[in-house]
Amino acid sequence: MVKQESESANRPDNTAFTQQRLPAWQPILSAGIVIPGFVLIGLAFIGIGVALFVTSRSIQVLELDYTGDSNGSPCSSCSQSVVTNCKCSLNFTLTTLFQGPVFFYYGLSNYFQNYRRYGASKDDNQLYGDLSYFTSPSSSCSPYDYDSSKKPIVPCGSIANSMFNDTFTLTWTVNGTTNNVPLDGKGIAWWTDYNIKYRNPSVTPLKNAFNGTVKPINWAKPAYELDASDPSNNGFVNQDFLVWMRRAALPNFRKLYRRIDASGDYQKGLPAGNYTIDIAYNYPVRAFNGAKKIVFSNVSWMGGRNEFLGIAYLVIGSLCVVMSIVMLIVYAKFKFPDEE
Amino acid sequence: MERLRWVQQCCRQLLAGDSRRGWYSDGLPTSSLLNTHSPRGRVCGKQRTVFPRNGRHQQDYERVSRNYKSNAISTTKYTFLTFIPMNLFEQFHRAANLYFLFLTLLNWVPVVEAFQKEITMIPLLLVLIIIAIKDALEDFRRYLFDKKVNNNVVRVFCGTQKSYVDQCWKNVQVGDFVHLSCNEIIPADMLLLYSSDPHGVCYIETANLDGETNLKQRQVVSDFPLQGEEFTPESFHSRIECENPNNDLSRFRGYMEHSNGVRVGLHSGNLLLRSCTIRNTETVVGIVVYAGHETKAMMNNSGPRYKRSKLEKHLNTDILWCVVLLFVMCLTAAIGHGLWMNSFKESIFQVDTETPPALAGFYIFWTMVIVLQVLIPISLYVSIEIVKLGQIYFIHNDLSLYNKQLDSRIQCRALNITEDLGQIQYLFSDKTGTLTENKMVFRRCSIFGVEYPHEENARRLEVYESENTETAVCSVTLKSGYSGKSLSCRSLSCNRSSVSLHTLTAEPMEEDQLSGHVQPRTGAFCSRMAKEVVPDPALGRKLNWLTNHSSSETPSSMELTYITDFFLALAICNSVVVSSPNQPRHVIPEERTPLKSLEEVKLMFQRFSFSPFSALSPSQIKGSPHSLKSRLFIRGKRGSLTLSTPVSNTTDVSSSSQENDSKPDLSAREEEEQDVEDQETEDDLKDTQTNPDEARQSMQDLTKQVEEITDELVYEAESPDEAALVHAARAYRCTLRGRSAESLLVDLPGIGSLAIQLLHILPFDSNRKRMSVVVRHPLTGQVVVFTKGADSVIMDLAESPTDQTEVYSHIKEKTQKHLDAYAREGLRTLCIAKKVLKEDEYDLWLKAHMLAESSIENREELLLESAQRLETNLTLLGTTGIVDRLQEEVPETIAALQRAGIKVWVLTGDKQETAINIAYACKLLCASDKLLTANCGSKDACAALFEDLILEVQGGESLTALTGNGESMSSSFILVIDGRTLGWALEDELRSNFLELSRRCKAVICCRSTPLQKSQVVQLIRDHLGVMTLAVGDGANDVSMIQVADVGIGISGQEGMQAVMSSDFAISRFKHLSKLLLVHGHWCYSRLANMIQYFIYKNVMYVNLLFWYQFFCGFSGSVMTNSWVLILFNLIFTSAPPLIYGILNQDLPADALMELPELYQDAQTSKTFVPYMFWITVLDAFYQSLVCFFVPYFAYAGSDVGVLSFGSPINASALFIILLHQVIESNTLTWIHMVVLVLSCTSYFGFVLLLSGFCVTCSPPVNPLGIELLQMSHSLFYITCVLTTVAALLPRLFFQALCNTLHPSTVLKSAHMDTVDSENYCRRMQRWNMTHSKTNRRSAGADNAGLEPSLA
Repeated sequence: MVKQESESANRPDNTAFTQQRLPAWQPILSAGIVIPGFVLIGLAFIGIGVALFVTSRSIQVLELDYTGDSNGSPCSSCSQSVVTNCKCSLNFTLTTLFQGPVFFYYGLSNYFQNYRRYGASKDDNQLYGDLSYFTSPSSSCSPYDYDSSKKPIVPCGSIANSMFNDTFTLTWTVNGTTNNVPLDGKGIAWWTDYNIKYRNPSVTPLKNAFNGTVKPINWAKPAYELDASDPSNNGFVNQDFLVWMRRAALPNFRKLYRRIDASGDYQKGLPAGNYTIDIAYNYPVRAFNGAKKIVFSNVSWMGGRNEFLGIAYLVIGSLCVVMSIVMLIVYAKFKFPDEE
Repeated sequence: MERLRWVQQCCRQLLAGDSRRGWYSDGLPTSSLLNTHSPRGRVCGKQRTVFPRNGRHQQDYERVSRNYKSNAISTTKYTFLTFIPMNLFEQFHRAANLYFLFLTLLNWVPVVEAFQKEITMIPLLLVLIIIAIKDALEDFRRYLFDKKVNNNVVRVFCGTQKSYVDQCWKNVQVGDFVHLSCNEIIPADMLLLYSSDPHGVCYIETANLDGETNLKQRQVVSDFPLQGEEFTPESFHSRIECENPNNDLSRFRGYMEHSNGVRVGLHSGNLLLRSCTIRNTETVVGIVVYAGHETKAMMNNSGPRYKRSKLEKHLNTDILWCVVLLFVMCLTAAIGHGLWMNSFKESIFQVDTETPPALAGFYIFWTMVIVLQVLIPISLYVSIEIVKLGQIYFIHNDLSLYNKQLDSRIQCRALNITEDLGQIQYLFSDKTGTLTENKMVFRRCSIFGVEYPHEENARRLEVYESENTETAVCSVTLKSGYSGKSLSCRSLSCNRSSVSLHTLTAEPMEEDQLSGHVQPRTGAFCSRMAKEVVPDPALGRKLNWLTNHSSSETPSSMELTYITDFFLALAICNSVVVSSPNQPRHVIPEERTPLKSLEEVKLMFQRFSFSPFSALSPSQIKGSPHSLKSRLFIRGKRGSLTLSTPVSNTTDVSSSSQENDSKPDLSAREEEEQDVEDQETEDDLKDTQTNPDEARQSMQDLTKQVEEITDELVYEAESPDEAALVHAARAYRCTLRGRSAESLLVDLPGIGSLAIQLLHILPFDSNRKRMSVVVRHPLTGQVVVFTKGADSVIMDLAESPTDQTEVYSHIKEKTQKHLDAYAREGLRTLCIAKKVLKEDEYDLWLKAHMLAESSIENREELLLESAQRLETNLTLLGTTGIVDRLQEEVPETIAALQRAGIKVWVLTGDKQETAINIAYACKLLCASDKLLTANCGSKDACAALFEDLILEVQGGESLTALTGNGESMSSSFILVIDGRTLGWALEDELRSNFLELSRRCKAVICCRSTPLQKSQVVQLIRDHLGVMTLAVGDGANDVSMIQVADVGIGISGQEGMQAVMSSDFAISRFKHLSKLLLVHGHWCYSRLANMIQYFIYKNVMYVNLLFWYQFFCGFSGSVMTNSWVLILFNLIFTSAPPLIYGILNQDLPADALMELPELYQDAQTSKTFVPYMFWITVLDAFYQSLVCFFVPYFAYAGSDVGVLSFGSPINASALFIILLHQVIESNTLTWIHMVVLVLSCTSYFGFVLLLSGFCVTCSPPVNPLGIELLQMSHSLFYITCVLTTVAALLPRLFFQALCNTLHPSTVLKSAHMDTVDSENYCRRMQRWNMTHSKTNRRSAGADNAGLEPSLA
């Protein structure tokens, strides 16, 4: 017996795996399988496309450009001049209710926040509240790590330095009375940014933490004085700052500025009437042929208004159906090919 | 790449599960053909001097042996300390690693830095670490093995203790005396000084060295004074001069100079090689001449083979295109960035404004190289290696490539050319042992010009055959139905060929006659067959006459002499080692009691003492009963010859112990002669009265006796021919019973055991094509040379004795006729001849020969000359026909291979007729095929013939073209070319014509070709037609061919392991080729080709996503993905699916591939991996990446999406697209595929979710915290992913479905056939069989001989 065993010691195992006979599904893409599949996919896509399209249509978006490139526009004086604290205002009229919740965005175009060296120009450790990085910011912030007098800049880097600094107030005029529309600046940044990623140093008052540092060159006020109205909205956890620090993926982008506070008259959104936006025009965009705008929008389950998705779904869905028809014709013609 | 070879080697050995021989078994004996080019042997022409290390020659010893290596071996590449630096150094010799290193270093340049410095190092580190670990393991394994070997214990003579002491192998030095016992392994190359065997021989088994299990005989250094008595190392004072270490296993030259100045020649027969095993010898003592790494075994360790596959070469061009693509993309980015920078006067968001746009563009170029690095699929090389390992695993484990009888699997020796198996266009096959079993069976013989057909023997072979399979019978009856038509076809082809060609079919008479004889075909071989030869009755009767002089048919005494000498030659003219299960092999068995009394033996003796030169009347040749008168006349003649024989010479015969009863007393013989004659006369009278029944009775006795012997003796022969002949001789009771260095013990019918003094063996070599033994004839006492060799050679050397030209030439003529008939029958023919040497002739020759033997320089040449001097003026005794049966399923395999579009060439050293016959038998040739024969006498004739043949072939082709489609198979051309013509054909001038001709032929048969020609032919076809070639062979003569071919396949058969050792794959049966090529080759090729395409697709697709983003970030090299994900995407998340795809995918089921060999042609012509497929793949990748980028782009355009949030749906859909793309491309999906796909998905999402949950500052500057979690909570993410994935894959799906419907490829057809349309499939197969069998009926004569006669 032993001898017999050793005689066939080299015999390969007769298993489905070693003999490559594992049960397998063989996807053969022939008309018979593909036609029903395409029809199904097509119909599903058309369904989704219609839903998306309808939803997208129901979303209201209001865009107002205030760059002031052309002479007639309200902010043209501000865009030409180099004076600081230039003020201008925009008027617009709503004939119907702007369904809430309404989001108030500022938009920039031709602005490359995704430029590689721009994006790298920050110090995450500093922004995490690590005091040792206050005195010696990361070299990635260069050339915005130290000012001309070799004092460290906090927050350092290009992103922080280029923070958007136009401010807006919205007033509603109805029946001759002018009301300030309440804007909610809380919770416009990401929860993770506000709670985890960005932290102020645990020094009170906050100002002391910034001793020996200077504010970014382009900033009017130091970080700890960004929001005079709310002391907790200062430093690195300032909501506007957080929104700005999250870089936009594409050169034409908008960023959330405020939400319309859904209270009182504005519970259902922005009621019909005349509105005025007072703009503190600070941010220069002419140098890179950029544009600035204000956007009001509401959202749905699919996010902001986007007609592309609906159309794309419809197109792809129809394509599938067309393909299945083509396949059907082909299949009908070649179903019974002559076997010689 | 070097590293990978080691890995492969390692894995191969693991797969093989054959660590028994470990390191030693690899790449061993390459042919001597190669070894002659070994540089080491030439460069140092100096000799090595060895002094014994026995304390006496200490000074000499130390002076000389200082530089000799000790016996410690170390096959490791690294030591503990040098591992890291040396391994790194070796690894950075690879281009791939250098590329990685370059990228890593580039990332350290601040201005071009794209990612964090650590991240770009990951791929490099990963590759380096994986390879380093494998290297370390491999090296450690080798270290352990070395340690084990080095610490083996052997008994070595110690000069101080004056005795043998146990020593480790590693402490053995050159000059040491080593004492070995039976079954011990030889620790170093040493000269055999003493053997316990009384004849000074010892047997070694070289299985560890070359895998041959038969025993080799080694001799104690000749004339060694101490021989016989117990050897004492102290008294050894000789100095040994030998050549410097080299790797030629079969060559060793040197001499030993004794203290008295006498020099003794040394040769390879004296050398015991390291790692061989001592067998059948109690004790041996040797002196070490080469130790450690200088031993021949170690010097033959060339490591595993490395070949670059065609696909890999092809792949390199694709990689080059990828580099071009990368360059273009980077250049685009650089220019774009420059322009973009230029468009700004000042910038608020720019970091630096000083860099001029051009310089910034230049920097961006390099940044982009880093960002887009994955476009060059460097990991592809690693992946390919892994995939090939997987493929090898499956090939190795295939049950249908397993040979149950030998218990051997396929051996995959070269690991990186699996896919080449799928592209073979030309197959070059050896005949003997490859197509045939190489198990020789004696079939018939012709002696003295008389043919002995051995009908009984034929019937016996038939019985074995018919026992085999019933299916064979079935197919035979089927084919016979077409015989009527086939006949007319044949006559047609006859007519054609008779005009301009010499064809075999021109002799229909002969053929019909031949069809009566058996042509063995298939079936398992029973070794019993070789032994049990049924004697031919006629021949048996004649021989019997020797025993009891009572045969009714009394042969002439001259014929009797011929017959006896013939069988004596069969029995002794060989190098067969005899052993029996009960006795040790080396002992010559005790002589048995002679059958007759001493007196009678002497009588017999006298009767035999006829010289072949004795006068003979023509009437005797015709077989007339000899008259008393003529015999007396002969007797007288012989007497005069005997007188010239010095009596003293015969005393040598008595050196062995058997002298008392068998030794002829010559002096007495002459005196007794008269009496004997009287007695003989009486015998003759008795003979005439014998009852015919007695003959039958004696025949039975004879067979019984043979069977009795059969059980006792085991013959171990170097070649199966020899064994077959020895067995045949034994069937006629001429039994080889034992062998020693000086004598042979042979049983002769009617006489009993005789010791024959063996004077010389002139071994076989392929130049002489013959071997000879020089013996003192046991009966006449003369010095006789028996020569056995190829018929062409012997027939040339055989010369008629001057006085009997007429008679002799008559015999020769008849024998030649028989030879031709044998060859046509497909038998292997050997001629047996003898020559009687006069003593003075012999002395003269002996002197020259001794000189040749002892010379160090040119020993081989001198020995060859010496042998040639001796082998002249031979007297032809007879010829033998040996059957070499075809291996099972050879015709089927060849048919399948031909259907697969593979051109099969047979390259053989055999005769033309034999080769053609075998070709018919294995259905390489069909009857309707036109045979083009090229046998030219001169080069000019050859050139003219080629021109004619080409015209002929072209004419035939145009004819087929005119008559239309279909039956093109029926009128193919077969070229048969002989060695001499081939030699001219291979020359420059005729080469193109030869190629042109052979290209148009369905098959080519080269006969009488030398090993060199074989390799030249393969090389010619490979280089000039640019096709993939495969060579398959089993013997040493095929080694060069195997090495030259793209794929070399060795058949581990009867002829040792040389072919296997030099091959890429070693199989045990020819039939395995069909599965290996048609299934595994096809699979491996399609798998690898598809995997490479998929790999390139994957990289292009993913990298393009990053490229498109550059258009929206000012070409700044920014990426929308976390750099960890970016690097790991290719390295981990999508690395396993292509591997599984490459290892497991089956584009067609195995059955379909086997049954429709035509499917092989797809891969053969590189259909799967043609250049445009690369571009289609790249285009598809471009399209998919466009969709995959721009759908999310439009979905998120104008929104407040962040950089990484934008990348998230793109990455996710890219993953889905890449994985689903593979599902579409896969032909089979098993649970393993599913598991891997699911694992890929989960690993990606698990990783990104983990990063998004816990990575706070881990990945500056782009921090992924919270990204994915937030994104995946949005419905937009899923809406985008679904749309992207479907839109990206839609065209491919549609295109494939459309293609499959419009043009169902053969591939799909067969898949359908296999699953859906089995009925139709059967019909087709039947039709195919029918058309095929029509064309095959010509082979019926050779194939089904046993059944044909009833029809004829």
